[in-house]
Formats: sequence, C-alpha cells, structure tokens
Amino acid sequence: MLRRRLVDAIALLFAGAATLFGLFWLAWILWTTLSEGAAALKPSLFTEMTPPPGAEGGLLNAFYGSAMMVLLAIAIGTPIGIAAGTYLAEQGRYSKLAAIVRFVNDILLSAPSIVIGLFIYELVVRTTGHFSGFAGALALAMILIPIVVRTSDESLRLVPDQMREAAFALGLPRWRVTARILYKAALSGILTGILLGLARISGETAPLLFTALNNQFWSADLNAPLANVPVVIFQYAMSPYDEWHALAWAGAFVLTFFVLALNLLVRFVARKGLKT
Amino acid sequence: MNDAAATLRIETPADAHADGPVKIDIRALDFFYGKSKALNAVDLAVPAHAVTAIIGPSGCGKSTLLRTINRIFEIYPDQNAEGEIVIDGENVLDRRYKLSALRRKVGMVFQKPTPFASSIRNNVAFALAYYERLPRAELNDRIEDALRQAALWDEVKDKLNASALSLSGGQQQRLCIARTIAVQPGIVLLDEPTSALDPISTAKIEELIHEMRTRFTIVIVTHNMQQAARVSQKTAFFHLGNLVEFDDTSRIFTNPRVDRTRDYITGRYG
Repeated sequence: MLRRRLVDAIALLFAGAATLFGLFWLAWILWTTLSEGAAALKPSLFTEMTPPPGAEGGLLNAFYGSAMMVLLAIAIGTPIGIAAGTYLAEQGRYSKLAAIVRFVNDILLSAPSIVIGLFIYELVVRTTGHFSGFAGALALAMILIPIVVRTSDESLRLVPDQMREAAFALGLPRWRVTARILYKAALSGILTGILLGLARISGETAPLLFTALNNQFWSADLNAPLANVPVVIFQYAMSPYDEWHALAWAGAFVLTFFVLALNLLVRFVARKGLKT
Repeated sequence: MNDAAATLRIETPADAHADGPVKIDIRALDFFYGKSKALNAVDLAVPAHAVTAIIGPSGCGKSTLLRTINRIFEIYPDQNAEGEIVIDGENVLDRRYKLSALRRKVGMVFQKPTPFASSIRNNVAFALAYYERLPRAELNDRIEDALRQAALWDEVKDKLNASALSLSGGQQQRLCIARTIAVQPGIVLLDEPTSALDPISTAKIEELIHEMRTRFTIVIVTHNMQQAARVSQKTAFFHLGNLVEFDDTSRIFTNPRVDRTRDYITGRYG
C-alpha cells in the first residue's frame, strides 16, 4: 500500500517536473522575444515597411508576404493532401499501392525543409530565372501536403467501419458516403491537420531562402521576390543595427505567439470534435 | 421476369416455403473469409412479409449470411460468396446486379446504433434525397412517415434539427430503422439490433419489428432465443456454417426435428 503510494508520488513528481521543464522554455522564449523586441512592438510594426539601416519602420511587407505565401500554400496543399489522404484511407485502403504511397509520404514528412527549398529552387527559380512568391508558396505547399495527407488518412481511418457499413448499406455510392458522412465524422481531425500544417509552415525559413528570397520594399507581386517574416528575422538578426535587431525580435515574438495561438485553436477544434 | 421467378421457385425444395411466397431464395450459398469457409451450401427460402429469425452459437455464420444478402461484405477484400441469392427473380450475387439497386431493396440495421454525425432530419433525408428528387414538402412528409413507422416521431418531432448523436441508444437504433425504411425497401435485415440496448429499448424495438412485419420481409439475427421466439414466425438454426434446421418458430422451439437444434434451444451447449 505504502509502496504503491510512494511510486505514485514519484511518478507524479517526474511528470510535473517534465511539464514545468517544457513550459519553462516556452515562457522564456516568449519573455525574451517580448522584452528584446519591446522597442519595435508598437502599431508601426504592422503599418510600416522594413526600414533601411538606422531608420524606424515595421514589418508590414513581411507580414503581408508571409500571409500571401502561407494562404497560397494552404490553397494548393489542402485539396491535394485531403484527396491523397482519402485515397489512402478509403479507395486504396487494402491496396499495395496505398501502402507504398503511405511509406513515401512518411519519408516526405520528415524530409529536411532545406531539401524541399533546393528542390523548388531547381524546379521553379532556375527555370523561371528569378525568385518569386509563387516559388515560396510552392515550397511551403510541399511541406504542408504530407502533413495533411497523414492527418486526413489517420482521421478517416479512425471513423469506425460500422459507420461505413451503415452508409454503404443504404446503397449510396462511395464518393457520396465519403463526402457527406465520412468527412463529417473526420472533420475535426482533418481540420487539426491543416492547422498544425499551417503552424509548421508559417515559421519555415530554409525553403523560403531559396525561393521567395526577400524584398526590402512593398510588393504584392507573387511573381517577384517577396518579403516574409522568417527570412526578415534571419537577415535582421544577423545585421549589426540595433533597430533591425529589435524588429527581428518583435517579428519572432509575433510569429511565436501566432503559432502558439494556432496550437490552442487546434486543441479547441480537436476537443469540439470529441464532443459531437 | 415473372416467368423467370416462377420457374426459379419451382426448383426450390417444396417444404422450405410451405406458406406464403418466397422473397429471398438462397441457394447453395458458400461463403469464404480468405480461405476459411464460413457458410457451407446453405439453402434457405425466406418467406415474404414475415419475420425470419436466424439463431445459432457465435461464429456459426448467421451474421455472415445476413451480410451476404445485401453484399455489404464486398467492401472488404478477401471475402467471397458463391452460390445464388434470388430476390424478385434475379440473382443478386451476380456481379452485374447493381449494388445501389440491391441495397435500396434490402435495408440493413446493425448491432451498434450508427447515427451519422448530423441532424436527426438529415439522417433520414440522406438516402431518401439520393434516390428520389422530392419537393421539400413531400420530403418532409416522407421523413415524418419514416419516423412514425419507427415509433420515434413523437420523441423527436420538436427537435428534428438536433444532432442525432444527442439521442439515447434506443432512439438512435430506431432512427437507424427509420433511415433504412425511409427509402421503402422490401426487405429489412436486422443484425442483432437490440444487443447493445437496455430492456425497455429492446421491448420497443421488438414491438416495432412486430408491426413492420406486414410491410416488410424481415430477417433478424439474434443471440437471444427468447427474442427469436417472440418476434419471428420462422426460425433457422445454424451451426458451424451449416443450416441445421429451418421451420416455423413454434415448431423449432417446441418440437425440433434435429437433436442438435434441441440441444441448443434447451441450452445444453452454445
């Protein structure tokens, strides 16, 4: 009896310590980015362009560029990812091909993002002859797709077979069963995957270095080099100017906070899915 | 087509359908899970507008038989049926027989209630709207009708847009029945429809099966022998993939011909 309580107490202690250990770094990161970027964390961060050295400015063009590329990546990657995930979980469930595709997708899932950046560089940047927002979005989509494939596949396979049988027993064709019943049952899982993918690609730097590059000025042209938050942070943090340092920290804070918020949203969506 | 049906009927054993026309004529049916055989040359003539119960110990093939009639087994690989199941004069096991036509004709309700994650109304409207393009008013009438037939209308009429998942287990199962009969199938297959329900819900479903008998041909698989005795007119006893005995329910439960049936009924094994 005593032994059991003791073991329980020790396990609880370790679990609590591990939690605190994780939270400690998160709090530290948030605090450091906040305090170091405090000088730049003001409304002008979201209304002004990246400044030349020695001048005041903001990150508007970088936020805009990042938002455009991430949205475009989602627009490209989500339908492809869900379609492929649906094939793996439904049509191809028992086929050899699906098993191979799933395996290859897992490899893609853990591919270093810099490799994907180089791949798009070869494929798009070299053939078109210039860096562009499109290339950046494409690289981000390449990172997003395997995540969405994996989560759609898994959440569809979590839908019990009884549900499938019941729907098929009504005589409905597969596409209708999938679109109207299975997607609905797997919705929170699929959404979670997209949001996690979104969180992952918003902070990616390496693939954008080779593709979107950066842009010091305001540009809404996706066919030209495009400013974006991660690369701006990278370049400004490496610079010798204090104003740029502050901007990099502020950008890092906004990015970290955004990803944190996304993750909280994921928790919310996932929990809502459990209830229905 | 009628001629074909007539000829087919003549070929079935005369004693199998002494009363009433045959609705589902199962002939020399073998079923395989991969290489293992689950049904062995089953001949069974299921009478129209009656409740036929299928009983037998676990693993005897009773659910398998049910799953063959609407070919739901085909969604899994490595499952095969050989033989014939003739419904309305056509062999529905024929690959050329359209699945959606078959499953519209043969509805099925499963062991665990399987409401779709949607509103009560949508659950019923779902298949109905696929098969028939109905004006809204008529669709609503048909939904009401199906829910009434499933003895669920009074409980849900004020919350048709509520989630089907908010219903109790017994209500969910009746919703599944409503959803199945909404498309007006001639045949309803029930695979242990009350095994996940409490006694009161079970009583309601049994009452419902009793009422449905006049409009549908019902085949029910059950583990519960009292249930088989209560709701069915005909009973088939299966053992190890073989049809051991098929007769009037009263006869099976009072004076079966085969010793093995008697042993099972009296609880000597199974």
